[in-house]
Amino acid sequence: MHSNSEEHTMHSNREEHTMHSIREEHTMHSIREEHTMKTHQFDVIVIGAGGAGLMAGLYASRTAKTAIITKLYPTRSHTGTAQGGIGAALGSEEEDHPEWHTYDTVKGSDYLGDQDAIEFMCNEAVQAVYELEHMGLPFDRTPEGKISQRPFGGHTNNVTGKPVKRACHAADRTGHMILQTLYQQCMKNNVNFFDEFQVVDLLMVNGAAAGVVAIELATGEMHVFHAKAVIFATGGHGRIWEITSNAYAFTGDGPAVIMRRGLPLEDMEFFQFHPTGIYKLGILITEGVRGEGGILINGKGERFMEKYAPRVKDLASRDVVSRAIYMEIRDGNGANGQNYVYLDVRPESVNRYAALDGRTNKDGSPYTVTGEEILAKLPDIVDFCRVYLGVDPITQLMPIQPTAHYAMGGIPTNKYGETILDEKNTTIPGLYAAGECACVSVHGANRLGTNSLLDLVVFGKHAGLRAAEYAKEAPFQPLPEHPTEFASSQFERIRHASGKENAFDISTKMKKVMFDDMGIFRSGKGMENALQVIRQLKERYQHVSVTDTGKIFNMELMNVWELGNLLDLAELTTVSAIARTESRGGHSREDYPDRDDKNWLKHTMAWVDETGKIDLKYKPVVLTKYEPKVRTY
Amino acid sequence: MEVTIKVFRYNPEKDKKPSYKTYKLEAIETDRVLDLLEKVKGYQDGTLSFRRSCAHGICGSDAMRINGFNRLACKTLVRDTGATIIVQPLLGLRVIKDLIVDMEPFFEHYRSVKPWLINDEPEPEKERTQSAAQRAIFDDTTKCILCACCTTSCPSFWANEQYVGPAAIVAAHRFIFDSRDKAAAERLKILNEVWGVYRCHTVFNCTMACPREIQITKAIGEVKMALTTGKLE
Repeated sequence: MHSNSEEHTMHSNREEHTMHSIREEHTMHSIREEHTMKTHQFDVIVIGAGGAGLMAGLYASRTAKTAIITKLYPTRSHTGTAQGGIGAALGSEEEDHPEWHTYDTVKGSDYLGDQDAIEFMCNEAVQAVYELEHMGLPFDRTPEGKISQRPFGGHTNNVTGKPVKRACHAADRTGHMILQTLYQQCMKNNVNFFDEFQVVDLLMVNGAAAGVVAIELATGEMHVFHAKAVIFATGGHGRIWEITSNAYAFTGDGPAVIMRRGLPLEDMEFFQFHPTGIYKLGILITEGVRGEGGILINGKGERFMEKYAPRVKDLASRDVVSRAIYMEIRDGNGANGQNYVYLDVRPESVNRYAALDGRTNKDGSPYTVTGEEILAKLPDIVDFCRVYLGVDPITQLMPIQPTAHYAMGGIPTNKYGETILDEKNTTIPGLYAAGECACVSVHGANRLGTNSLLDLVVFGKHAGLRAAEYAKEAPFQPLPEHPTEFASSQFERIRHASGKENAFDISTKMKKVMFDDMGIFRSGKGMENALQVIRQLKERYQHVSVTDTGKIFNMELMNVWELGNLLDLAELTTVSAIARTESRGGHSREDYPDRDDKNWLKHTMAWVDETGKIDLKYKPVVLTKYEPKVRTY
Repeated sequence: MEVTIKVFRYNPEKDKKPSYKTYKLEAIETDRVLDLLEKVKGYQDGTLSFRRSCAHGICGSDAMRINGFNRLACKTLVRDTGATIIVQPLLGLRVIKDLIVDMEPFFEHYRSVKPWLINDEPEPEKERTQSAAQRAIFDDTTKCILCACCTTSCPSFWANEQYVGPAAIVAAHRFIFDSRDKAAAERLKILNEVWGVYRCHTVFNCTMACPREIQITKAIGEVKMALTTGKLE
């Protein structure tokens, strides 16, 4: 199990290309928890069992000994909460082409997405959706028995500029069905799972991945997973913000672990705020509501999106709609003078505005809906509103506000899921990432709805294939003598901290300042304030300890560690954002309101060194067919 | 308003037997029970342990007994519980710590019905077609989130944990009635065995417990009917 000479040569070449050194485990001395350590060996390790992780595991396990490690039971993963659909130009119901999907995604990304990767994803989309159907995914059907599709924000017929039906859906639980279907396929194919194991460190040896360290929640024991290839598929980090659609589990564990090993994160300043979260709670209300004809209404009862996106109106890109809602609120047009507006899917409203827009069915008849049809197409949305708001959306307005939703940035990869070491796109042997934790970049500065489910299916698959292919030839790197040392030191520090600070309080303050100053609209002054507050909170975090001293399901200890991940990522996000003196997609600055292609048509790459200093570099955006132009909807 | 929340506690590393601990805190009517548990954990007692993730009724992590009924803590509001709340772990599964139970026997039953599409025919280039009516037959049972509220509310399961349980039957139903699946007979045979579908005595606890409002007793009835008549429609 030693590296062959070829590997060493590859490695030394790579070292010359970069000024940043990977922080590896070196031979070190005694550490307390070694005696409880268990070691496993697999060709490929996948971390996370959402859509990307399951897809990666499914494909890697066809040819390589593979295990999926997940801190939740697989079916608890956040993919399950995705609602409206997965984008693919099937053309089930009307003309559509992968080229149109590509262009819409490039435009949606505000030209920050890498066009080669976007084209790749949109071309793969059609087969990916058929593959899911073959696996058993119960898509809704057209009258002809084909996969049913609905319109979604930013997806257009490129000739007419009107919304196109591209989102393939299973009611408003498409993500749930993808998660269930992929987990079922993994069971069918006997994929190995380590459920409720929290990965806390990545092992890098000779510049290549050597495995990961994980804590088994049921016993508190540390396990070392020795592997040739490691795929991170850990999801997002939306728990940084106060109003969020994201699960408690979304604490950015993968990016945080990778960052601590001296590897870069890409475009972290770009985080999506979804226009329609349930007021105060942030629970997602799918864009599919607007796809089915729902409209946004301000406190005066006006349909305001006509002002901001005259062509596609309520189906503009998410960044555009979220900003529009904020501007309405700022102009005093919020509902009841508060910071929310309404989403209206009452059949009489839908039918009235559909008639005004000239929306028709396939046969040319006017588009109309009934209350029963809304309930059938959007059952979960109706349920959420009834349970959490006591509002029936068939007869009442839904109070909504933008909610933190999706990380466009993350672990840099190429279109095969291979992770990137530097601004020259040098790949790291054996290390892969896919799904929300990764930044390919296909979403650039703003993701289109339906493209996250597509991203995780396409890039999860390719990361799995590439990792298995790599594992066929590559050797196991030798494990460091004390592989758990760095991870143990983090948990020992928490256990022995003074305990004078409260984690819940720090978390609450982080979320507030990030939502206020690092939200939909930003300014240099606000972001500097956020950075100062986050740095103070990081200081205070050093004094957070735990009262639970046990080993079995010590969720307090795990949650404190996760808070550390969020704080580190919040700081990196803010520093990346302050440096970018322009407005693009989800990064909208009041002091620099325009997009600046001359200076900023480039990706941010951010490193943190051992002293905590953050270093920013930039790499060019890949442009192929589409020259950046002014973005209007 | 002030609410009192009385929580089942058991830490195998410290406690010889379980006990209850009572916490008082300020709440509003729209607070979820999960919000209260988080606040207790955050400010009063960090050792309180429970599973949770999505916090809006989709991931199925936080199933527990709330005032005697199996519920998701994230989908139960103070408006519904009133000011006195008793929280216990699900019944019929081994308690590991506090509100965390061993889910493995539950998932074992789930796996036993082969919950994946079985169809060995060559895949078409595009989708396998299915009419909207064929799709509608099994729509309800595709909603299951595997939270275990149903199975752990069932007296037959309490009496004998070998009973496959409502959640596994729901999973089987979802495939038995899918026109694309070719293994209905195989699954019906599994459910016809001694710990299968006939252990259901139509108590309706499962249907009442389901946070997804799946008509579970109806689905079980359809499976029994298919066994009796040999027909799937």
